[in-house]
Amino acid sequence: MSHGNFILREPEYEEFLSILRKLLVDASAKVVFLVDKNGTLLASVGDAVGFDTTSLASLAAGNIAATGGLANLIGEKEFSILFHEGERDNMHLSVVAERLILVIVFDRRSSVGLVRLRVRQATARLAAVMAVAVAASEADQGGVEELTEADIESLFK
Amino acid sequence: MSFINYSSREINCKIVYYGPGLCGKTTNLQFIYKRMNPEARGRMISLATESERTLFFDFLPLSLGEIRGFKTRFHLYTVPGQVFYDASRRLILRGVDGVVFCADSQLTRVDANEESMENLRVNLREQGYDPDRLPLVIQYNKRDLPNIASLAELHALVNRRNVPEFEAAASTGAGVFETLKAVIKLVLIDLKRGGRQ
Repeated sequence: MSHGNFILREPEYEEFLSILRKLLVDASAKVVFLVDKNGTLLASVGDAVGFDTTSLASLAAGNIAATGGLANLIGEKEFSILFHEGERDNMHLSVVAERLILVIVFDRRSSVGLVRLRVRQATARLAAVMAVAVAASEADQGGVEELTEADIESLFK
Repeated sequence: MSFINYSSREINCKIVYYGPGLCGKTTNLQFIYKRMNPEARGRMISLATESERTLFFDFLPLSLGEIRGFKTRFHLYTVPGQVFYDASRRLILRGVDGVVFCADSQLTRVDANEESMENLRVNLREQGYDPDRLPLVIQYNKRDLPNIASLAELHALVNRRNVPEFEAAASTGAGVFETLKAVIKLVLIDLKRGGRQ
């Protein structure tokens, strides 16, 4: 596993957004988030106002990591889908391409069956875009070339 | 693994506070949370037991401003220090860009520091990192308490890499921001190099 930087370029980002927008409509969801397994938000669509998206991304990653640990204990590689049912809103989390987490928040206007079906369809498309994004990122590991010591120091002034 | 989003012009880095139980990792984050400008920090999340011991992790997101048009975001995490939470520590180290090792200066905790540092090195290796190359800063916490070990003794036990080290008393805030600043600098220098391959 490489520990170089993961660089997400504009074309792949736009493709992610396009897939998420379609999923939002097809699944009758309220919000859809794409998070990396390290807890960083990659993209979101829908009415994210009122959501602390940074915390959501971090906790979703923690949730998947913890259940992944549980899976390992019983000899499973991963539990690839998690579903949390609330009084008003529900949350569906699934692993995409081993390094992304797709989070969908939905209410009574949708159902877990519909969400699951639409997620399955979107997952293959997201995985294909992720494969392109990873290849592009690995080909461009120069880091942020222009960064100087003075730039770094300027953050602390 | 830093995440650079060219579309939203953001750089995201993950920093983990590591160390033995009750060494002051959560206290570091709480002080940073209290003193940071509210616009520069998000909500602090603590997944803790009823007795306020860290159960899974604490999380504090910071936005420190822009470098060359990129917003810089740092996600600070703590690990649970108690020995039996090792599985959780390994999970939290995934994707880490820099580590603050928080050592407890009290004489009675000298062995716990050494054990925790060894545990950090083992867990980093398990995650595919080279523990001798990952950005690391050491904080000798609780310098305000009586019955503490000398800096030379602590250095010999946990700072074999000779990385930047700081004295601190996290409960009063002494040394907290110096430590944070040092690890952020190391992470950004590493980012400039293109990360660890």
